[in-house]
Amino acid sequence: MSRTGKGTDEGGPERLYLVDGGPGRSQRADTIELVSLIVARAEPEPGMLPEAAAVLRMCHFPLSVAEISAYLTLPVSTVTVLLADLLAHRQVEARAPVPAAVLPDTELLQAVMHGLQNL
Amino acid sequence: MDYRTSETLVGPRSEDALPASAAAAVKIVIVGGFGVGKTTMVGSVSEIRPLTTEETMTQAGVGVDDIAGVERKTETTVAMDFGRISLNEQLVLYLFGTPGQERFWFLWNGLFEGALGAVVLIDTRRLEVSFDVLGRLEERGVPFVVAINAFPGAPVHPVDELRAALDLPDAVPIIDCDARDRGSSRDTLLTLVSYLQHLTTVTPETP
Repeated sequence: MSRTGKGTDEGGPERLYLVDGGPGRSQRADTIELVSLIVARAEPEPGMLPEAAAVLRMCHFPLSVAEISAYLTLPVSTVTVLLADLLAHRQVEARAPVPAAVLPDTELLQAVMHGLQNL
Repeated sequence: MDYRTSETLVGPRSEDALPASAAAAVKIVIVGGFGVGKTTMVGSVSEIRPLTTEETMTQAGVGVDDIAGVERKTETTVAMDFGRISLNEQLVLYLFGTPGQERFWFLWNGLFEGALGAVVLIDTRRLEVSFDVLGRLEERGVPFVVAINAFPGAPVHPVDELRAALDLPDAVPIIDCDARDRGSSRDTLLTLVSYLQHLTTVTPETP
C-alpha cells in the first residue's frame, strides 16, 4: 500500500496484494475455501483491477475458487485475497462447501452415490 | 476496444457453466506418486476438461531440509489438476489430484479439510512411494480406499499380499482400476463412497 501516484504497473501480479486492506480484511479470506462456489453480485466497474473484473464476468454462474484460479492462471492464495476484497464489498457471494464434520452424513453420501451412479 | 489480456474473455466455456442452482460443493482427493495416473483418473470422470491450479512455494514458507542452507531464495511451482462432476442440480463434486509428497499439501489450504475422503492411486511397480502417503492419511484421519492402477506389464499381486505389503487394515478396500476408463474410475469413486457409508454406520472402535 506504500506506492501512490500514477506509477502503478499494468503487468505484474504483485499489485493484486494492494487489494488486501490489512489484517481486518484478511479475516474474510478464512471463509474462502478451495471449493467455495463464487457467484457475481455486481457488474465490473471502470477502474477495477482487471482480475477482479474478470472474476465478476466469469462468475455469472457459480464457479469454484479452484476454477477461478485455473482460468486466471493465478495461485489460489492470490485469488483468495482478490475474492476477500470482492466479498467485503458485496460484489460476490460465496457459497460455502458442505461441512463434512467428522464423518459426512448419510444423506450427503446418498446424494454423492446417486450422482456418481448416473455418470 | 480494450486489448488488455486480462480483460479478454477468460472463464469457462458456456457449456462448462454450473447451473445457477449449484449451492454447495464437496471434494474427493486423489493422491499418488508422479505418473501414477491421477490426472488420467480425474480426466476420465470429469465433466470438464481437467484444469490446473498452481501454487508457488518459496524457501521461507517451508521447512524442507534439502533446501536449507541455500542462500538464494528458491521458488518451486507445484501444480494440482482437478475436475468436476455435477452430482445433481445443487451439489457439485470436485476431484483433486495431488502429489503424494506430504510437504506439498500445505500449499492447498484446507485440501483435506472437509474432504469426503481420498483415493490412493498405486502403481505396483513402485509400491514404496505409497507408504508415506498412507501413513499420513491415517494420521490425519482421512478415510481412503486404495486403487491399483492397471499398468501394462506391472506385476499382479494377490490382494492379500498387497494388503500385507502396504500394512493396511482389513476394512480398507483395495480395488483394481483402469484410470483411463470412465466406468472403472467411477466405480473406484463409488467404492470410496460405499466405504464412507459403511464407516458412518459402524460404531467407532476407539472412544
